[in-house]
Amino acid sequence: MFTPGEFTDALQSLGVTHVVGVPDSTLGEWMPAIFHSKHLRLVTVCREGEAWGVAAGLFVGGAKPVVLIQCTGLFESGDALRNAIHDYGLPLFGIIGYRSYLNQSSLPGDTARIFTEPIINAWQLDTVLIDSPEKKSLLAEHYRTCAEQQQPGIALIAEGRA
Amino acid sequence: MADNAQRMDLVTVLRILHKARTDEVILTSMGTGREWQQFDAHPLDFVHVPSSMGQTQSWGLGVALAQPHRRVIACCGDGSLLMNLGSLVTIANAAPPNFTLLVFDNGVYEVTGGQPTPASTTRGLMGQPIDLAAIVHQCGFKHTERVSSLDQCRDSLDRLLKLRWPGPACGIIGVAPQREDYSVRSPGRPQERVKEFAAALQALK
Repeated sequence: MFTPGEFTDALQSLGVTHVVGVPDSTLGEWMPAIFHSKHLRLVTVCREGEAWGVAAGLFVGGAKPVVLIQCTGLFESGDALRNAIHDYGLPLFGIIGYRSYLNQSSLPGDTARIFTEPIINAWQLDTVLIDSPEKKSLLAEHYRTCAEQQQPGIALIAEGRA
Repeated sequence: MADNAQRMDLVTVLRILHKARTDEVILTSMGTGREWQQFDAHPLDFVHVPSSMGQTQSWGLGVALAQPHRRVIACCGDGSLLMNLGSLVTIANAAPPNFTLLVFDNGVYEVTGGQPTPASTTRGLMGQPIDLAAIVHQCGFKHTERVSSLDQCRDSLDRLLKLRWPGPACGIIGVAPQREDYSVRSPGRPQERVKEFAAALQALK
């Protein structure tokens, strides 16, 4: 979907300061570019729940973080997300890899696609789905909208691999 | 871990911490958050209640990275640390020199009534108890201290607060479980408090 350069350029143009997350096979290809960016700091966490906590602290401290995790990590991290976004009302933004969305033959029987959107809906998060190159601009548009309205948001990035 | 009779009183240790504190950011949660509320409040206090258990050190890491000119202290219990043990590696990897983690180790899940944590009842291959300080050290913290007596507590907390060496640092503080009035205590509406805390972080530079 995004090349590493496109992804880091998009975040830089939005004023993002920190990317907090865990790689998957798609998101991981962007991480070297994030790591080497002069404008972004990559904070790799050990488990996805940490990502929402670290992003919460960064936001409260005046930084502009995004969370970068796979949808399976979103499942794992629900309580940390609930606390930061719903208890404390922090307008955190997540960029979530949608595992196997574009190629369901890569992991036959995988249930990630069944649960991803219902779980995001359960967490009441305003979401855009980017499932084709023509929709890449939605990432920046949605981030700006959420930032202007001080609301949390999700950009769901369709992935072709597990 | 020592017997309860030999462990320090949580409130006494927190009182020493409160007295030693000058301009540090201090995040508390669970039992430490409950007891911290009895002391005079500071704008750079954040009682992380309600919390997602195990996340206070992650919030503290975020604040430390966003505000590298401040010393940031995150207080959690041993149960909370066990719930997010990977956070030790994350903190060591991010390596904020201005961050201290204080683990108040009472061996139990106190706010739910004092049930023992798995670490408090587990023994290693040689029969030894789990050594949280050794785990923290092996994860790569720059400085780790065990604090087990009131005689050493004042000096240890002073070192851990003032960070006269590059952090991250960690203190494992042996305290006795509170046996009465141990539930979580609400410090008030979370969304208003976090806005006040964020404003204080921006204003008090």
